[in-house]
Amino acid sequence: MTGTGKLVRLILRRDRIVLPLWVVLLGLIPAGYVASFEGLFPTEAERVNYAQVSASNAGFVTLYGPLHGSSLGELVAWRAGFLPVLVALCALLTVIRHTRADEEAGRTELIGAAAVSRHAQLAAALITTCVAGVLLGAVLTAAMLGQGMPAMGSVAFGAEMALTGCAFAGVGAITAQLTSSARSARSIAVVALGVAFVLRVGGDVSALGNGSLSWLSWVSPLGWVQHLFPYGVNDWWPAVLTILFTIAAAGTAAVLLTRRDFGAGLLPARLGPASASFGSPFALAWHLHRGLLLGWTAGFALLGLIFGGVGGSVLDIASDNEGLSDIFARLGGSTALVDSYFAGTAGIVGLIAACYAVQATLRLRDEEQTGHAEAVLSTAVSRYTWAGTNLFFVLLGPAVVLTAEGLATGLAYPQGDLGAILAGTLVQLPAVWVLAALAVLAFGLIPRLSAVAWAPPALCLLILLVGQTLQLDQWFLDISPFTHVPHLPGGDATATPLIALTLLAALLTATGMAGLRRRNIPA
Amino acid sequence: MTEAIDATGLVKRFGQVTALDGLDLHVATGEVHGFLGPNGAGKTTTIRILLGLMRHNGGSVSLLGGNPWTEATALHRRLAYVPGDVTLWPTLTGGEVIDLLGRLRGGLDAKRKADLLERFQLDPRKKGRTYSKGNRQKVALIAALSSDVELLILDEPTSGLDPLMEEVFREVILEEKRRGDRTVLLSSHILAEVEALCDRLTIIRDGRTVETGTLTDLRHLTRTSIQAELAGPPDGLATLTGVHDFQLDHDRVRFDVDTEALEPALQKLVQVGVRSLVSQPPSLEELFLRQYQKADR
Ligand SMILES: Nc1ncnc2c1ncn2[C@@H]1O[C@H](COP(=O)(O)OP(=O)(O)OP(=O)(O)O)[C@@H](O)[C@H]1O
Ligand SMILES: [Mg+2]
Repeated sequence: MTGTGKLVRLILRRDRIVLPLWVVLLGLIPAGYVASFEGLFPTEAERVNYAQVSASNAGFVTLYGPLHGSSLGELVAWRAGFLPVLVALCALLTVIRHTRADEEAGRTELIGAAAVSRHAQLAAALITTCVAGVLLGAVLTAAMLGQGMPAMGSVAFGAEMALTGCAFAGVGAITAQLTSSARSARSIAVVALGVAFVLRVGGDVSALGNGSLSWLSWVSPLGWVQHLFPYGVNDWWPAVLTILFTIAAAGTAAVLLTRRDFGAGLLPARLGPASASFGSPFALAWHLHRGLLLGWTAGFALLGLIFGGVGGSVLDIASDNEGLSDIFARLGGSTALVDSYFAGTAGIVGLIAACYAVQATLRLRDEEQTGHAEAVLSTAVSRYTWAGTNLFFVLLGPAVVLTAEGLATGLAYPQGDLGAILAGTLVQLPAVWVLAALAVLAFGLIPRLSAVAWAPPALCLLILLVGQTLQLDQWFLDISPFTHVPHLPGGDATATPLIALTLLAALLTATGMAGLRRRNIPA
Repeated sequence: MTEAIDATGLVKRFGQVTALDGLDLHVATGEVHGFLGPNGAGKTTTIRILLGLMRHNGGSVSLLGGNPWTEATALHRRLAYVPGDVTLWPTLTGGEVIDLLGRLRGGLDAKRKADLLERFQLDPRKKGRTYSKGNRQKVALIAALSSDVELLILDEPTSGLDPLMEEVFREVILEEKRRGDRTVLLSSHILAEVEALCDRLTIIRDGRTVETGTLTDLRHLTRTSIQAELAGPPDGLATLTGVHDFQLDHDRVRFDVDTEALEPALQKLVQVGVRSLVSQPPSLEELFLRQYQKADR
């Protein structure tokens, strides 16, 4: 593995801002929960009460995973249950960025011709990412110890995140070998993460009911790491399982690497048609967006089936559990409980749809950077037509995927009101559009910094994850357009915020387009 | 004759960097115009301004009689462009890209496409990501050449082509030229290609035009290099205006002479007495090297 050390240093140089950012930020989030849980539930009795309700709430279990105890540490570790997904995402993207993305861009060829071994690049990317994961875990452990939490639990909590980072670094390494484009590698990796999440949710929620499918959690790395149960049992053998998985994944990636040619994927390229059956800007935009649209639609339908299926167990728990019926009654009865569950999932789904919208918008920037835009704009296609045909899919795509999700949810929860559930999903659309429009604005006015378009969804996610728990000021929550969307079903259906958000989106889009009309291409 | 491209005093700044600094480019309708200059001289930037992809900060420019920035879409129906860096959509085949770009431009000649595919020996069924550099270039060339347009803007169109294909490219352009109504702006680093194809050319450096004219005009700017064995000392030859790089080694002299000073220099040699003489004709290479290297004025 000659040259690995040098390549590690190159990665650290290139990622000197992004890498420390996610390592530190994600590592510090849970420590913030400690004080807020102490403030919210100062006494033992209150914590037990909260834990009891939460542990059997399917919506919570979906988002954060299973909860078994009621100690402060256990509550915090449980509430941070979405963190492994984010750590996994960062790990996947980092590994792919330094393997397949470099290879596709031709940078690997430069390095490969120098005195480095065949596996050096893969090894360097894996080592750096795993070490970053371990550092994240160390930051987390240190921060929790700083909050006066038990040592053993804090180490287990840190290990949970470190192991997640390592396991998904391995997954990223495998997906990077499969196709010749970094974009498809990222898509496959994110789908793999989605499957792992879905399996974990399926298993955990099933465990709430009759438990017939609870084994599903045990085929997902996300399930394993959560079964460490920090501050509770501090179980270590899932950690062993995860380490073995990481080694196996890295080994598989290394074997795949030797089996394929430089620059190629594992799947051979095939011949296509010698002439095109299409020839309009719209057809080109469809060609560019259809893969994304179909992929996301399938993903959203699956998500809808899960959320809908889980809706059933929300009610089951309410009717089965004598002790809880009292609490449910106070929360507004079983209908209100199910309603608020669906309204809550609709908010999550809206935020995910916004990620799709931002990704679709940034396709325009990809097209510009690869030089395709230059080729198209030197024909009789105007800038407005070029951007407009793409934005058609940016605006309509989220509507399609949200509809798919709403319909699937309704389908999987036949006892509910399909119209109300679908409405709850579709009212997210104006908020999704606002985030898409911010991406258009960045693309039009500050094209080189287009990637900042990911900041608004990240901020909204942060607000969704910590806003309520940390009891932040309302003005902070108000930053997220999703805060202003009516909570359906169950809440008041007011049109005013929807109209306002739509107008805001239109204004931002128009400003972005005006900027695009005036600027250099490529910029 | 009307001008297909008429740019005067073009200025383009990228932040602190001044890419074009008063560039002039005049291309007459129906001619093949060579556009030369060292790397980073501003050729691609000029072409992007002509295509309305970038806006100039100063000077004036008109393309096919219109404003390239405000009338871009209408003008683009009448021209075809081959970018310097050809990238293809990875999932579209070469044939699909040719058809797509042709149709976006307003239509292409299917017969001509088939003919060009044959001559350039391109397999149109391969996916964009699997083409070699030269074959990607061919896709862009065929897409541009199979549309019936008034103006072809070609930015280093033969980079990556093998010599055989370069020859095909020259033949095709010469055929276009014979039709007489097509204008071609050809940015290139290959002097033989420019010499074979271009009626007139413009040389730029650091964003400024340094020479423009026909090849014959420019040849006049070049120097003939002379080596001679003399019967006596060549008094006064070294100081003659138009004589450069004078070297004397016993009875042998070596010098370069401007075209205008050729006659007086030869007379001087004859006066002294010549035993042998080698003269090298003015070469374009030398002209370019000299223009490319000239210190800033
Ligand atoms: N988008 C940009 N931003 C900043 N500077 C730029 C940009 N585009 C070009 N330049 C600069 O403008 C100058 C001219 O570049 P240009 O690409 O036009 O050169 P060129 O003559 O085409 O060179 P080559 O022969 O290498 O293709 C260069 O100094 C380049 O660095
Ligand atoms: Mg160039």
